[in-house]
Amino acid sequence: MTTKKMAIIATKGTLDMAYPPYILASTAAALGYEVQIFFTFYGLQLLRKDLSDVMISPLANPAMPMPIPMPVFVQMLPGMESMATMMMKQKLKKHGVASLEELREMCLDMDVKFVACQMTVDLFEFDKSEFIDNVEYAGASAFFGFAGETDICLFV
Amino acid sequence: MNFDKEFDASGMSCPLPIVKTKKALADMESGKVLKVIATDVGAVKDMQAFADQTGNALLASSEAGGKFIFFMKKK
Repeated sequence: MTTKKMAIIATKGTLDMAYPPYILASTAAALGYEVQIFFTFYGLQLLRKDLSDVMISPLANPAMPMPIPMPVFVQMLPGMESMATMMMKQKLKKHGVASLEELREMCLDMDVKFVACQMTVDLFEFDKSEFIDNVEYAGASAFFGFAGETDICLFV
Repeated sequence: MNFDKEFDASGMSCPLPIVKTKKALADMESGKVLKVIATDVGAVKDMQAFADQTGNALLASSEAGGKFIFFMKKK
């Protein structure tokens, strides 16, 4: 049986959108897939050594379930983002959902390959030393080299 | 049912029961049986899917008092 392959393009850097790439990548790797995640634009934030700035905002996020209805002018007050992030993290923990750090570690453990988009690293003037070590830097063509051979390719 | 190793995934949510089952199987010899305990209701379908896709045999799966018990034989 040939090894199945999956490629994910991770483009978002908020807490809620950080989960799908790491959950799907770790699960696929557990199922025996060879997996690559291509991090581009805001997705690059998910490669930081310190993930504490990965947050969720109730602003412009009307689908986010809130304990009490909250008007937009309240959502924009200082500290609301931190509070929403703290509440979301507590909820995740209570339900036994792994932290992002833990999921990322499991991905690396199972040889999921992380590729960072060199162009967006330069565009945002990110310092590579702020990213974890197990990252390769490449462009779209390099990604297609792998993605073209995959069974599943997802854009998140 | 006899088993060689036990992994308790109680309280863990997707994808931890599957990912950690895979990890628990990693250092076992072929033919050995892993018992997995989970509380995540999603694990019932996921464990079967894991077995189907990895070739490890799901020998039995049952529920008792809100816990799901699986016996997985390593390929």
